[in-house]
Amino acid sequence: MKSIFKIYILLLLTIIILRQTELCARDIIVDKSGSLTSINQALRLCQSGDRLIVKKGYYKERDIEIDKSVQIIGENFPVVDAEFKSGLFHIKSDGVRIEGLIIKNSAMSFVSEYAGVKIDSAKDCVIKGNKILYNYFAIYIAFGADCIIENNIIAGRQSKSETTSGNGIHLWYSKNITITNNKISNQRDGIYLEFSENSTITNNISEDNLRYGLHFMFSHRCVYKGNIFRRNVGGVAVMYTKFIHMYNNKFENNWGPASYGLLLKDINDSEIKYNTFHENSTAIYLENTMRVRLERNNIIDNGWAVKIKSNSTDNDFVYNNFIDNTFDVSTGSKNNYITFRKNYWSKYSGYDLNHDGYGDVPYKPVGLFSAIIENNSPAMILLRSLFIQILEAAEKVVPVLTPVKLEDVQPLMRRVK
Amino acid sequence: MIRIEGINKSFGKLHVLKDVNLEIESGKITAVIGPNGSGKTTLIKTILGLMKPDTGKIFVDDKDISKGVEYKNKIGSMPQIARFPENLRVGELIDMVSDLRSRKNGVDKELFESYNLDNELNKMMGTLSGGTRQRVNAALAFMFKPEILILDEPTAGLDPISSSEIKDKIQKENKNGKTIIITSHILSDIEELSENLVFILEGKIIYNGTVKGLIEEKGKINLERTIASLMESNGK
Amino acid sequence: MNTMLKIIKYELRDVIRSKWILIYFAFLFLITEGMFQFSGSSSKVLLSMINIVLILIPIITISYGIIYMYSSREFTEMLLAQPIKRKTLYAGLYSGLALPLSIAYLGGVGLPFIFHGVDESGQFSVLLILLLSGVALSFVFTSLAVLISLSSDDKVKGLGIGIFVWLFMAVVYDGALLFGSYLLSEYPLEKPMLGMTMLNPIDLARVLLMLKFDISALMGYTGAVFKKFFGGPFGMLLSSGMLLLWILIPYLIGKSIFVKKDF
Repeated sequence: MKSIFKIYILLLLTIIILRQTELCARDIIVDKSGSLTSINQALRLCQSGDRLIVKKGYYKERDIEIDKSVQIIGENFPVVDAEFKSGLFHIKSDGVRIEGLIIKNSAMSFVSEYAGVKIDSAKDCVIKGNKILYNYFAIYIAFGADCIIENNIIAGRQSKSETTSGNGIHLWYSKNITITNNKISNQRDGIYLEFSENSTITNNISEDNLRYGLHFMFSHRCVYKGNIFRRNVGGVAVMYTKFIHMYNNKFENNWGPASYGLLLKDINDSEIKYNTFHENSTAIYLENTMRVRLERNNIIDNGWAVKIKSNSTDNDFVYNNFIDNTFDVSTGSKNNYITFRKNYWSKYSGYDLNHDGYGDVPYKPVGLFSAIIENNSPAMILLRSLFIQILEAAEKVVPVLTPVKLEDVQPLMRRVK
Repeated sequence: MIRIEGINKSFGKLHVLKDVNLEIESGKITAVIGPNGSGKTTLIKTILGLMKPDTGKIFVDDKDISKGVEYKNKIGSMPQIARFPENLRVGELIDMVSDLRSRKNGVDKELFESYNLDNELNKMMGTLSGGTRQRVNAALAFMFKPEILILDEPTAGLDPISSSEIKDKIQKENKNGKTIIITSHILSDIEELSENLVFILEGKIIYNGTVKGLIEEKGKINLERTIASLMESNGK
Repeated sequence: MNTMLKIIKYELRDVIRSKWILIYFAFLFLITEGMFQFSGSSSKVLLSMINIVLILIPIITISYGIIYMYSSREFTEMLLAQPIKRKTLYAGLYSGLALPLSIAYLGGVGLPFIFHGVDESGQFSVLLILLLSGVALSFVFTSLAVLISLSSDDKVKGLGIGIFVWLFMAVVYDGALLFGSYLLSEYPLEKPMLGMTMLNPIDLARVLLMLKFDISALMGYTGAVFKKFFGGPFGMLLSSGMLLLWILIPYLIGKSIFVKKDF
C-alpha cells in the first residue's frame, strides 16, 4: 500500500513538472526590426518547448542547427535564404515543428546532402505549410520516425540536369512518416524512399520532375493513396519492395522512350487498386514482380497498357478497364505467368449470347504487332496499316509469335464503374 | 467542204486507213460504205476528232481540224450506238449540248417534235427504250442547225415510221444546202438518199463518185448488185 | 474554264443521281453516326474512322472511278463530238468524279461530327486532318482510276489493275517494308522507313493520322524521329507536297493519254 502511494506521489510530481515546463514555454520573436534578427541567434537563446515566431522579412542564413524541441513558425511567409552556400534547417532533435516559412536556395553539392530541411535521427517532427523552393534537396529525412510532412509546396530549380538536382522529399532509413497534401515539382525525384517502412503517402501532387515522380527501393509496407504523378521524365519507378498498397492514384502524361506510368521491378505481395493511368508511353511495367494484384484500375489512352517481362509471375489483373490503348499487353516472350480475369477491354469485339456480362470468346490482349516492334522498332511506322491488321487477325486464329495462354477468358462487356 | 489529205491510221499492226485522200462536196449527200472493218467508222471518227490520224490532215472549210475545236460547231453528228449519261433527263441532255455549242444558227426542233420527244423531257436517259434513245440521238444531231451532218447508220434501231421521218428530214436539210455524210448497211436507203458514194475496202477508197455513175458503169440494176460486183472484182 | 464548269455541272448531276455515290454517302454517314451512338466518345469515333479513311476510301474510289470511266465512254464520245477541247473535257471529267466522291466523304463523315461535336477542342485539329487526308486520298485514287481506265480499253482488265494497285499500296507495300526492316535490322532504319512511307499515298495519310492519335506509343526513339519529321513545318510541307504529287502525276499522265486517245 505504501509503495502504491509512493508511485502516486511520483506520478503527480512528474505531471506537475511537465506542466511547469509547458507553462514556461516562451514565444520568441525573430524580426528584422526587433532585437533578434536571425533564427540562428534566437535558437541559441531558446530552450526545448519554445516557439520561435519569425516575422515577415528576408533572412539570409544557413546551417540552422536545431538540437532542441522547438517550433519555428513563420508569419506571412518570411524568407529564409541560404544563397546557395550551404544547407538550411538541420533538425537533430525530436518534436521539432517548422511551419509557414519560405525556405530557399540551399546549395548543390556532390559530397553532402544539403537540404532545405534535413531531419537527422529525430522523431515526431512536423514540416507543414512551407514553400520550399530552389533547394538541392527540399526535405531530407535520415533515420527519422513518426514525422509528418504536410501541405508544403516544393519546387526545385528548373535546371535541366538530374545530377545537379536533389529529391523533393527524400527518406532514408525512416519509418512511420506521413507525407500528405504536398505539391512537388522540378526536383530530381519528387518523392524518394529507401529503406523506409510503414509510411503513408497521400494526396500529393508530384509533377514535372527530372527523373521520377515517385521512386522507392527496399521500403516495405507503405501506403500510397490519392496522389497524382504526372509529366515526370521517367514517370514512377518502384523497386525491391514488398507489401505496397497503392490506391486511387493518378499516373498521367509520362511520355518518353524510358517513361513509365508505373514501373514495378522486384515488387512482391502488393496491391494496386483504383488507380488511373492516362496517356503514358507505358502505363504499367512489370519486371521480376510477383504476387501483385492489380484491380479496378483505369488504364486509358496509353501507348502500352501493360508491359511484362517474363520473369514476372503470379500477378493478377482483375476488373481493370483497358480503354483505347495503342497496345494492350506486351510480353518479351511466348511464356506467360500472369492472369487476366474479368477485365474490360475496349478493343474486345466478341459477343455475349447468354447475357451474363462476360464475353463468350476469350480476349487476347497481346497483339502480333506489339511482338514485332519489340525487336524491330522502326516497324512502328506500320502502325494501323491494313497489312498489320490482317497479320494480327491471322495471328489471333493461329498464334505463332504471341503467348497462347495469355488471354482473358471472361472479358467484361461493359466497363467497370 | 471537207478535204481529207493523205490520212493514215493504224491500230497496232492493223493498218486501218491507208493514205486516204478525199473531198466531200458541199451541199450534197455523200454515202460512205464498205464492209465491216473496212475503216468507214474510223474515217468518220477521224473527221469528228474522236480519233487522231497518224499522218495526214483534214480540212473543214479550209481550216485544219487539228488546230482547234471550233469547227465542231458546224457539225451535227449521230453516233451509231448512242449511250448517254443514265442519270440525266432528256431535257438536261439537250440543255447540256445546247450549253456547249455556239448555237449561232438557232434551234431546229422539227425532228424532235415529230418524234414526240416533248413527252419524254423529264425522263432519265437510263429509263428510255433503245428506240427512243436513238430518236433523241437523231433529234440532237439536227437540233442546232449544223452546216454539216455526219450520220452513222441513222436508220438502224429506228422503227419504220421514225426511220422514214429521218430520211425525209435528211432530204429536206439537203435541199437547204447542208452537207451530209451517211454510213449505212441498208443500200436501198443510200440509193434513195445519196448523190455521192465513197466505197472503202480495207482502208482504201475503191470508188469515189456519184451513185448513179457507179451503177451505170457496172451496168447493174441497183446499188446492191453493183456493190456486189465491185467487191468481186476486188477479189472479195 | 467556263466550258469545264458546264461539264462538271452535268457530270456532277449524273454522278450524284447515280445510286452508288448516295450509297457511299449513306454508308459513311451510317457508320460514323452509328459509332457515335455506340461508343459515345468522339475520340473513339475518330480513331475508328482511321480505318474507314485508309481502307475504304482508296478501294471504293478506285473501283468506282474505273467503273464510272468505262461506263461513261459514250458520254465522253458524245462530248468529244461537241466543240470542246480535250484538255477541258479531261479536267471536267476528272473533277466531276473527284468532287462528288470527296463531297460524299466529307458529308458522310463530317455531318455526324457537326451534329455531335467533338469532346475536346484539341480533337478539332485531328478531325481536320482526318477530313483533309480523306479528301486527298479521294483525289489521289480518282487520278489513278482515270489513268488506269485510259490505259486499258478492257473494262475487266482495268478493274483488275485498279484492285491490284489498291492491294499493292494498302497491303503488299507494307508487307515488303516489314520484310525489308527485318532483313536490314542491323542498320538504323528510321529514316529510310520514313522515306519509303512517303512514296505510298496510303502510308503517307496513315502516318499523318497516326501521329495525331498514337502519340503516347510514339514517344519512343522511333516515334520521336517520325514525330519530329512530320510534326515540323518541313515534314508537313513535304508530306502534303508528296500527296499533291500523287494527285498530279497520274492526273497529268492520264491527261496526255486522253489528249491523244482514239475513241
